[in-house]
Amino acid sequence: MLNRRDVLQSVGLAALAGGMPGLAVATTKSNARFVLIVLRGAVDGLAVAAPYGDPNYKKTRGELAIPKPGASDGLLKLDGLFGLHPSLSKVYESFSAGEASIVHAVASPYRERSHFDGQDMLENGGTVVGGTRDGWLNRALAHVDGAAGSETAIALAQNTPLVLRGDNSVTSWAPSKLPDADDSTLLRLQRLYADDEFFATRLQQALRSQEIAGEQSMLDAAAKRGNDAQQFAELMTSAARFLTTPDGPTIAVAELAGWDTHANQGASGGALANRLAALDTGLGNLRDGLGDSWKRTVVAVVTEFGRTVRVNGTRGTDHGTGTAALLIGGAVNGGKVITDWPGLGKNDLYAGRDLLPTTDIRSVFKGVLADHLEIAPAFIDREVFPDSATARPLRDLITT
Amino acid sequence: MSKGVIAASRFGLGARPDDLKTTKHNPEAWLLDQIQGPPRLHDEIQRLPDSAAVLVAVQDLRRQEREEKNKDPDAAKTYGRIVRRHYTEQTNARYRAAAETDHPFHERLVHFWSNHFAISADKQPIPAIAGLYEKEAIRPNVSGKFIDLLLAAEKHPAMIVYLDNQRSVGPASPLGKRANRKRKDREIGLNENLAREILELHTLGVHGGYTQQDVTTLAKVITGWSVGGTNDRGQFAAGVPGTFEFRETIHEPGAHKILGKRYAQAGMKQGEAVLRDLASHPSTARFISTKLARHFVADDPPESIIDKLTTVFLRTGGDLAACYEVLIKSEEAWLTVYNKYKTPHDFVVSTLRAFNHSPGNPRFITGALDLMGQTPYRPGSPAGWPDTAAHWGGADALYKRIEWSNTVSRIVGSRVNPVDLGDAILGDAFNPETRKAISRADSLQQGMTLFLASPDFQRR
Repeated sequence: MLNRRDVLQSVGLAALAGGMPGLAVATTKSNARFVLIVLRGAVDGLAVAAPYGDPNYKKTRGELAIPKPGASDGLLKLDGLFGLHPSLSKVYESFSAGEASIVHAVASPYRERSHFDGQDMLENGGTVVGGTRDGWLNRALAHVDGAAGSETAIALAQNTPLVLRGDNSVTSWAPSKLPDADDSTLLRLQRLYADDEFFATRLQQALRSQEIAGEQSMLDAAAKRGNDAQQFAELMTSAARFLTTPDGPTIAVAELAGWDTHANQGASGGALANRLAALDTGLGNLRDGLGDSWKRTVVAVVTEFGRTVRVNGTRGTDHGTGTAALLIGGAVNGGKVITDWPGLGKNDLYAGRDLLPTTDIRSVFKGVLADHLEIAPAFIDREVFPDSATARPLRDLITT
Repeated sequence: MSKGVIAASRFGLGARPDDLKTTKHNPEAWLLDQIQGPPRLHDEIQRLPDSAAVLVAVQDLRRQEREEKNKDPDAAKTYGRIVRRHYTEQTNARYRAAAETDHPFHERLVHFWSNHFAISADKQPIPAIAGLYEKEAIRPNVSGKFIDLLLAAEKHPAMIVYLDNQRSVGPASPLGKRANRKRKDREIGLNENLAREILELHTLGVHGGYTQQDVTTLAKVITGWSVGGTNDRGQFAAGVPGTFEFRETIHEPGAHKILGKRYAQAGMKQGEAVLRDLASHPSTARFISTKLARHFVADDPPESIIDKLTTVFLRTGGDLAACYEVLIKSEEAWLTVYNKYKTPHDFVVSTLRAFNHSPGNPRFITGALDLMGQTPYRPGSPAGWPDTAAHWGGADALYKRIEWSNTVSRIVGSRVNPVDLGDAILGDAFNPETRKAISRADSLQQGMTLFLASPDFQRR
């Protein structure tokens, strides 16, 4: 029985698969790895990193308040003001190692309450919903050096998310619910495609991705079962494989939905805690899978907006504004909570109900692009985040 | 490659096993016949309920569940189930009609315009009414005047709700003034969504020569273009529920200037006058002509065909049938090279037709299209699905097509001979090399996978 590697090499197309090895070495700083994880549905930032030291925390959060650090099922202490959700134990390991930061009270410029529009603005990078048809990370790719002849960025998703859509070519991979075609069929297809460059190169790239992702991937099995927590964990393992493949992509985008906790949100345990645990497992897999490359990696975990400070009538929270973002990776200048904390007092809240955003999420992105991917600030201001003069880049996010 | 073959795959939705016998005689006449006005509706489309009834029912259900949820967080989620049932019924009707129609060119035009005036099922309650919008606003108008299609699309409740126009309130309208006097902390006002997309996506195109000021002004002009009785907070409940309703009370009064021209009409007439001018604007003519040429000729269509289409569009005041006729009579559209890489939608529909098969289980079709990244009625943005190989030609996307071809071949098994099928539906466009490779396959099933995944079948 042939395996994928044999198929790749069998009909003299191996040269195509690997490009021309001598020429395909990544240039300049492209050792840097960047992963963007978009959490869709609006994550409660006050549960991700809870301000247990804020005098109004227990009062305003009521039954959603998580016990103090040290208490049973308590928060994981970040500093005197903030504690990390107890489900995020792997993130906490990284934080303790100085490899993770929380940026708190962040938001995109979006100030309404629609997921659809909020995600649009988070990803288009502008100040108008539907303002551009491409995403900021795609625009940034124009200034990221990649390996010759292969895509710099990969969307680990069925459809390329808006943030990665645009003029610059990106690749994609997602687990499949369908059975694989057998190797004999693939071999015949390669022969059939040999005279048609469009098909030949694409099949070659696809087979390469299949090989990287692992043939009988756990992920396909998870996809078939529809368990998306497990799917995300496996997806992060695959992400690490892509990002460590020679001449493979150095930038990846993934997404995880299920954060819209209008009812029964829970505190230390419950619906949100389970979701955070899925995220934590995924991030752990990514860290483990990246091995040495973790040192050169920044993962940004972001969401479209936050949730209301107070509990609603169904023991959950409604759409809000300010939230938390997470930066994790060996290249993160971490171990701190970065915030201009607005407070939770009655008069501190945005529109009387939400955490007041004090940091523009684009300041985080701009800092990462400038200091991690080494993109010229002038280009970032002009092309990647136009209309972002008020959002100055945060310049101490990355180790130097 | 003969014209009958091209007519069936490039203009039509792919041949059924007996179609080439029909199309080979007079392919141009076969196409022209199909644009003489809409043919009889497919039974399943005929049977679909009115969008007004569905819209009202699902909005009521949603409001009711919200109230119940306040008391009991675990209240049954009937809303989601009902919406999915409507969505499934409508997609099923759409793909059955596509598989069975004797007017595939007309049907392709329906899909084309439905995508031009795109709404997307990722926003509620669109999945419940997307196919009804296509039936009511698009289908009757694809071979008429562009202005009629434009008005039907912009006034359909699905478009209004999708782009939030029912929320747009003129600041100087009676209701706008009253509301803003009462609540100083929050301003009620314009929502520019629909106005922006009318200019950018539906008429002039993004480089069509309008300004942000034009967008804002058009938003003012179409304030009050709303839906009767569907607001989930019970406001604005006048009008026939679920149908287009013009609301004077939120309409921004006064004359307005767009693209340098002053419009002094009152009420709804003002917006209609602007749309009429937009529909016959040279930028619109060129934008539409380019999209048509891209769809039928090539991803980067030659200027010659765009020019011809633009000219006739302007000369006839946007007569779409006249544009299609130009297309049918242009040699650029009959090039014997297949320039277009099929979209997943094209691929799935042409596969159904190749097997003369109507999908029994609608999930099979939506599942396949979801996997290949083109979930029915869900382009994810008002821009609709792209129409180029640059978008659809991803490596993973091709692999998914191969996997699906393989899955279909397993189902078809040894009942169909792939070489015979290729002869019947590709005719003289069946590459002898492909034919040879298929005839040498291990099994009929493997041969069928090779056929469906072949460049010959993946292009049109």
